[in-house]
Amino acid sequence: MWSTLILMLIEPLQSEFIRNAIGVSMMIGVLCPVVGSYLIVQRMALMGDVMAHCVLPGLSIAAFFGVDRSIGAFVSSMLGSFFVTWVRSQSRVKVDSAMALTFSTFFAIGVTLITLLKNKLDLDRFLFGDILTVTLNDIYATAAITILVLGGIYLFYKELLYYTFDPTGAQAMGLPVKWLHLGMMAGITLTIITSMQVVGVLLVIALLIGPALTAYLLTQELHHMMFLGSGIGIVSSVVGIYLSYYLNLPSGPAIVLVSSSLFMLTFLFTTRSTFFKGTKHSH
Amino acid sequence: MLEVQEVSVNYGSGQGLDPVSFKILPGEMVGVMGPNGAGKSTMMKALLGLVPVSGGQVRYCTCPLHQQLEKVAYVPQRSQIDWDYPATVQTVVSLAATRQLGWFRRSSMATNTAIRRAMERVNIWDLRDRRIGNLSGGQQQRVFLARALAQNAEILLFDEPFTGVDATTEDILFRVFAELRNEGKILIISSHEWGSHLAAGLTSLDRLLLLNRELIASGTPREVMTRENLRLAYGRVWTHAFHGDGADDDLFC
Repeated sequence: MWSTLILMLIEPLQSEFIRNAIGVSMMIGVLCPVVGSYLIVQRMALMGDVMAHCVLPGLSIAAFFGVDRSIGAFVSSMLGSFFVTWVRSQSRVKVDSAMALTFSTFFAIGVTLITLLKNKLDLDRFLFGDILTVTLNDIYATAAITILVLGGIYLFYKELLYYTFDPTGAQAMGLPVKWLHLGMMAGITLTIITSMQVVGVLLVIALLIGPALTAYLLTQELHHMMFLGSGIGIVSSVVGIYLSYYLNLPSGPAIVLVSSSLFMLTFLFTTRSTFFKGTKHSH
Repeated sequence: MLEVQEVSVNYGSGQGLDPVSFKILPGEMVGVMGPNGAGKSTMMKALLGLVPVSGGQVRYCTCPLHQQLEKVAYVPQRSQIDWDYPATVQTVVSLAATRQLGWFRRSSMATNTAIRRAMERVNIWDLRDRRIGNLSGGQQQRVFLARALAQNAEILLFDEPFTGVDATTEDILFRVFAELRNEGKILIISSHEWGSHLAAGLTSLDRLLLLNRELIASGTPREVMTRENLRLAYGRVWTHAFHGDGADDDLFC
């Protein structure tokens, strides 16, 4: 029985595209929960979704001019996040409305541009991702972005912790909060762009939030949340890809569903245990 | 000396702060009093340059204060913080060392000692591994007090530190404030009421600023707490602050 199981695990690895897919999705499995932790603790989870939708116009314009698509996606996504901040600070419009308006508008611009500019972009691929077409170059690019973003977070961990926990206090201490914010937004955008190839624009939010949120239920400290979240992220990615291979499911949704199932299990387990203890908070 | 000259804030919607000016010497403890929405938090933030000011300047030892924020410890209102943030007591107090350590360094012997001493001073060392969300309001306030102490600042600003705290915490706050004053620090403490149980604290203030969108009065608590001033600030006849305690009635002049 064990040998069958091992054979089942090994068999997909014989094809190169599955090996590439697992390689990329494991890196993203680590990167997304770390970055997503910052979104969760700042109550900015939906901002990740907004920024993901905002890449589309940039992709189209970059493809039209023959520029690297990631650059277009990066600029366009950052513009989206600035637009939300700008509308919010200059009017009485609240953040949720500003986000809803921004992401739908950018998305509409993107879809329109793809038609108008007659891009040879496969819209389906950007919306839902296609991990099975990942090339060796994609792996290198993902590795570079993963190292860059995780390295930045490692170096500026205590400053980012202060800023995300108590932004006013951080500013009062003289920390360069504007730069920290900008750096964080850039990290989030890079993560979204590199994760898009795996799960697509529509589901990237699930990888950013799912594993990190599961870890949030189980840990006491931000860095524990990041480490545990990464573990859950890797498990979700790998299990998702195997499920997709054997059950012939689309890979992005398979990964997301594994991640969400893990969250539900953890959620039920933790609420149940506190239910038996009788109180939610012990003082 | 902390010198505040004609600092004003304009939020554009009629809210804000008319120009205020005052001076605070080292070793002085100054209270800021006024009703909710009087601009107490706004004034504190304006002093540090955390909100855009429409005029005026704040100097400390002749240089602009916002250029020497490493000398400042600011404790925001407890309600401004998301206490579900995944962090333990020790982690939050350790934030105090962020600036001292500089970029890239995680900890040092000196900062670790300062952090431990600060936690012991406000009786939270035993709670160090607790998640901050599992603390009472008073304990949370003491976590922030410890963070401010560990910063070893020269100017300390506390925004509504007495709101929703227990008697033990209140005692610790007053004790630590008195110690800081003796160490020659400048303390600015806001409260929407310095009434009843805080009356003892009120009398220990060197100066009181009464605020309601403008500086209504400034001076010793005895000079400021007149019926007329309080009526101007609160827009009603002051009934409950000191009347519960007959001994303090003589504060009205």
